[in-house]
Amino acid sequence: MTEIFGVPTQALFGQLLIGLINGSFYALLSLGLAVIFGLLNIINFTHGAQYMLGAFCAYLLLNKLGVGYWWSLAAAPLIVGALGMLIERLMLKHLYKLDHLYGLLLTFGLALIIQGVFRNEYGSSGQPYPIPQELAGGHNLGFMFLPNYRAWVIAVSLVVCIATWFVIERTKLGSYLRAATENPALVQAFGINVPRMITLTYGFGVALAAFGGVMAAPIYQVSPQMGADLIIVVFAVVVIGGMGSIMGSILTGFGLGVIEGLTKVFYPEASNTVIFIIMAIVLLIKPAGLFGTQK
Amino acid sequence: MKHQKIAFGVMLALFAAAPLVVYPVFMMKVMCFALFACAFNLLIGFGGLLSFGHAMFLGTAGYISAHAAKMWGFPPELAILAGTFSAFLLGVVTGLLAIRRQGIYFAMITLALAQMIYFFYLQAPFTHGEDGIQSVPRGRLFGFIDLTNIFAMYYTVLVVFFAGFLLIWRTIHSPFGQVLKAIRENEPRAISLGYDTTHYKFQAYVLSATLAGLAGATKAIVFQLASLTDAHWTMSGEVVLMTLLGGLGTIFGPVVGALIIITMENYLAHLGAWVTIVQGVIFVICVLTFRRGVIGEIANFIKKPL
Repeated sequence: MTEIFGVPTQALFGQLLIGLINGSFYALLSLGLAVIFGLLNIINFTHGAQYMLGAFCAYLLLNKLGVGYWWSLAAAPLIVGALGMLIERLMLKHLYKLDHLYGLLLTFGLALIIQGVFRNEYGSSGQPYPIPQELAGGHNLGFMFLPNYRAWVIAVSLVVCIATWFVIERTKLGSYLRAATENPALVQAFGINVPRMITLTYGFGVALAAFGGVMAAPIYQVSPQMGADLIIVVFAVVVIGGMGSIMGSILTGFGLGVIEGLTKVFYPEASNTVIFIIMAIVLLIKPAGLFGTQK
Repeated sequence: MKHQKIAFGVMLALFAAAPLVVYPVFMMKVMCFALFACAFNLLIGFGGLLSFGHAMFLGTAGYISAHAAKMWGFPPELAILAGTFSAFLLGVVTGLLAIRRQGIYFAMITLALAQMIYFFYLQAPFTHGEDGIQSVPRGRLFGFIDLTNIFAMYYTVLVVFFAGFLLIWRTIHSPFGQVLKAIRENEPRAISLGYDTTHYKFQAYVLSATLAGLAGATKAIVFQLASLTDAHWTMSGEVVLMTLLGGLGTIFGPVVGALIIITMENYLAHLGAWVTIVQGVIFVICVLTFRRGVIGEIANFIKKPL
C-alpha cells in the first residue's frame, strides 16, 4: 500500500473526500448566512434548524408520500424557503430598526422551537435515508474508491455556489441586491420593491440551507440535532472568511472542510476543534476575516 | 437609588427567609444561576456586548473547582477561588480574541470559542466525559463550618451571591460603569472623548467572565457535580434567556429571570424536549413584544431605574 507522510493514501484521500463533503455544506450554509446578513443585517441562527428541516422534509416526503430524492431536492427547498418567508413576514421584519442582536436572539429562539418539536416527535436518534438508485455504487479511481453520491454532492454544491455567486455579482438582479445592501432607501426610491426583495432573499438563503439538508440526508442520518452543532462551525467559518464576499464564503467553506478532513488523518484529537483554532489565529492576524473588510 | 435600595432589601430578606418555606437546594440553584445571569448582564446590559459563550466560564470554573476539591483535597473556599481564577484566565485569553470584533461577530466568536472549550472538555480525561466529576466533597468552610449541613451551605451560597451582586452593583454605579454605558450608547463618541473603549470593554468582559466563574465554581460545590451540561451552548442560550426575560440592562432583572426560568424547568423537567420549546417560545415573545423584560417593564411603570 502506498503511503504519503506515513499515512496510507486510501485513508488520506478518504478523509480528503469527507473534508470536501463537509466543506460543501459549510460553503452552502455560510453562503446563505452571508446573503441574508447582507440584506437583512440579521445573523440567521435558525439556519441550522432550517438545514435540518430540509433533511426531514425529504425524509417525510419519502416515507409519507413516497416522493423520491429527485423531487425532494426541488420540493424541500421550496417548502422550507416558503416557511422562511413566512417567518420573515411575520416576525423578522419587525426587527430591522432594532439592534442586530435582537435578530440573533429571535432566530435562536426559533431554532430551539423547531429542534424541540422534532426531538419530541423523533427522539434524538437518526433516521436513515437511502441513497437514490441512480447514484448508488461508485468508481475505483486507482488510488481510492469514490462513491458516486459523494462525488455528486461535491459537484452540485460547487455548481450551486458558483451560480449564486454569478447571480449576485454578475447579473442585474444581483446588482439590485448589492445596491440594496449598501443603501436600501435609495434603491426603494428607484422604484424597486425592497421589502419584497428582502423577503425573497431570506427565502433564498433558507432554501439553500434546506437544499444542503436534502443532500446531507443520505450521507448523515436525518436527526433533529443535525443542524445544531453544524451552525456553530458555520459561524466560525463565517468569522474566518468574513461576510463581505460571496466567493470568500465559498472558498473558506471548502478550504476549511479540507483542512478539517486532513486534521482527522494527522491529528484526530483536534479534528473537532481545528476550525475554531484557525478562527482564533485569523482573529489575531486579520480580525476582519480573510476576505472581509473592517467597517 | 432609593428604589434600588428598597428593592435590594426586599430581595435580601426574601432570599434569607426562603429556606424556611422553599426547598433550599432549589433556591441555591436559583442563586447560582442568578449570579451567572447578573455577570452576563454586566456585559450585555451595560457594555452592549452579547456573549453567546458564557457557558465556557460556568463550565470551566465548575470543572476546576470540582477537580480541586475532589482530587487535590482543596477546602471549599480555595476550590471556589481556584475555579473562579480559572474563569478569569479563560476570560483574559478569549477576551483578547473576541474583543477584536464588534456586535454580531462578537456573539459568533464567543459562541465558537465556547464550542471549542466544550469539545476540549468532552475529550479531556480529567472531566470524565459524559459522566462528569461526581460526588465532589463539600468539605468544611474555613476548616470549621461543615457544608454538608444544608443551612450552612445555603447561607454560604447566599453570601457568595450577594457579594457578587453587590460588586456588580458597585461597578455599574462607578465611573467605570458610566464609561461602559457611554460606550454602549455611542462608541465613536466615547472614543472621541479620549476613552480607550477596547480597554474598557475588555475589562468588563474579564470581570463578567470571572463572576460567571464564581457562579460555576459555587454551583459545582453545592451540587457536588461538574458536568458537560454547564459547558454546552444550550447553557449559554439559557443565561441569555434569563437576562432577556428579567430585563436587559436592569440590576434586578437577571435575578428575576433566573428565578422564573429555573422554576419553569423544575416543573417541566419530566416533559423532555418541551423545555426547549417553551424556552424558544419565551425568546420569541420577549424579542417581539416584551423587550424590556419583567423588571424593565416595572421600572418603566414606576419611572425609576431598577
